[in-house]
Amino acid sequence: MTATLQPAGPATAAGPAPTPGRRRPRSSAARQRIEIVLLVGPALILFLGFVILPVILAAVYSLYNLPPAFRWEQLAEPDRFVGLANYQRAFDSPEFVRAIGNNFLILFASLLIQGPLAIGIALLLNRPLRGRTALRLLIFVPYVLAEVIAGLAWKLLLQPEGGVNAMLESLGLGFLQQNWLADPSIALWTLFWILTWKYLGFAIILMLAGLQGVPEELAEAAAIDGASWWQIQRHITIPLLGPTIRIWAFLSMIGALQLFDMVWVTVAPTVRGMATETMATYMVQQGQFAGQPGYGSAIAVILFFISLAVALIYQRLALRRDLAGAVTRGVR
Amino acid sequence: MTATTSITTGRPADDLPPRRTAGRGIDWGQPFVYLVALVVAAVAIGPVLYVFLGGFRTTADLNADPAGLPDPWTLANWANVLGSERFWGNVLASVILAVGTTAGVVIVGIMAAFVIARYDFRGRQGLYTLFTAGLMFPLTVAALPLTLLLRTLGLHGSYLGVIIPSIAFALPTTIIILVPFLRAIPDELEEAASIDGTSRIGFFWRILLPLSMPGLVTVGVLAFVGSWNGYLLPLLVISTGTLPQELWPLPLGVTQFSTQYSQDTAAVLAYTSLAMIPALAFFLVAERRIVGGLQGAVKG
Repeated sequence: MTATLQPAGPATAAGPAPTPGRRRPRSSAARQRIEIVLLVGPALILFLGFVILPVILAAVYSLYNLPPAFRWEQLAEPDRFVGLANYQRAFDSPEFVRAIGNNFLILFASLLIQGPLAIGIALLLNRPLRGRTALRLLIFVPYVLAEVIAGLAWKLLLQPEGGVNAMLESLGLGFLQQNWLADPSIALWTLFWILTWKYLGFAIILMLAGLQGVPEELAEAAAIDGASWWQIQRHITIPLLGPTIRIWAFLSMIGALQLFDMVWVTVAPTVRGMATETMATYMVQQGQFAGQPGYGSAIAVILFFISLAVALIYQRLALRRDLAGAVTRGVR
Repeated sequence: MTATTSITTGRPADDLPPRRTAGRGIDWGQPFVYLVALVVAAVAIGPVLYVFLGGFRTTADLNADPAGLPDPWTLANWANVLGSERFWGNVLASVILAVGTTAGVVIVGIMAAFVIARYDFRGRQGLYTLFTAGLMFPLTVAALPLTLLLRTLGLHGSYLGVIIPSIAFALPTTIIILVPFLRAIPDELEEAASIDGTSRIGFFWRILLPLSMPGLVTVGVLAFVGSWNGYLLPLLVISTGTLPQELWPLPLGVTQFSTQYSQDTAAVLAYTSLAMIPALAFFLVAERRIVGGLQGAVKG
């Protein structure tokens, strides 16, 4: 999550810069070439070898029926090549289709529930408050914890005899007790609650940061003209918060599509298979632990194209203004 | 939302908002806002507190009253975890992975970013585009073939098998952050250094590197946190390898512990809370950097 976060910022900051290097004497051209190779070489090798190559390999493997931990030579064996059969199988598999559905359910639930909640809370908290720094720290704590460790904590809390049910009991709300993570009919929503707990603080902090960029004078002017608090938020603050909201939504969507750690750790495999499988957990389950790297690779490729499609569509629809030229136009 | 209505009625339109509220001290006129703040903070911190407090209880006590407070407080769970080689092995593994990844990302990243930012050559644009395109390839997609590739290279099951791919996947973000940073350093500085007889590499060492420290720290913190919290790569590379679980990184070690000792809730709570401490401590130290990085990311 943190990693995907950055692209928006520096890109907008990267204005046109003077082209460096013209003033050096021609004789150093050879030396410059050596410097370039030595300096960029390591990064380029790592990047091509461990990012690009595996992705290409995934596309290749997805066309084969492969045994676990196979050797490269086996690709040439007869009957290994199966064309698009792995893809066919994926889309015919009810588990995988449900996994796609789960990913999108979490995606839309995040946008429709976490988004307004975070904006609302940020608008309320965007004023001089006593203990504001402490509050900001506390809100951010769930985001800082590893997804796995936060997931384990919630798994313990949500056991049938865990803290949550006990608390409901002591509040006289015993009838609300559930087997939160083991009941397939509610496990996905329990999971969504944990994700909301984990990532709402991040959204609130992001929105509060965005609100710092909204000039106070506008709200003051509107207030003088007789606008109510709500009118000011609705017509001035929220529209000006637009870029922050759109970037948050983008990060949230990509996160929802790649969701793995939390599901893998909190939900038992049997329940996961019935109710909370995501594309990534299905991929790891099939590709690694069920020993079908070819099939798993096909899932990876599908996951890639779905993420790419969502990112491109969203960029076209919403992010265009904010990221103008960030990735597409590059350095200049 | 109920929140907005009560605020609206609480502050009628003819009641002008004060120009500067900062110096006025406590604004007790808005108890509702404080209530919201309190609820949000309690929800955020509650489960973490529960885990910490639970670690100070016995499993029998926890089973009898899961929502109670420690009574009496017992330090046995914490002592057991802190006295176990396993916990410290997990911590050590996490430290090795995080430090190795961070060092690698910072060194390899700044070298590449330096060239892209300050050298003029054909293909510079293409190079930058290539690295930024890396954002489109998440680790999840590459994970399976990566595991097979590491097997071929003999790196499967080793720390290097996690560190090297982690560096590679952190490079796009790193370069995207560092390039504008390095470019913002004025050309005049480089010219002055050149007139004084410094080579370009000398300029890089003596002037550029010290000036780009804030950018390097941001990049380093991101890489460190990413590695410290990482689960998928260790799961595929280390848990399926030959390293004993005493030497697995924390996220793997904690899940493994909780599976093995699922009956001993108090022990699991203690292990989990101790596993939280490094991240929380690091966050307290680097809070400004992390939140600042976020704010930088949304300034548009």
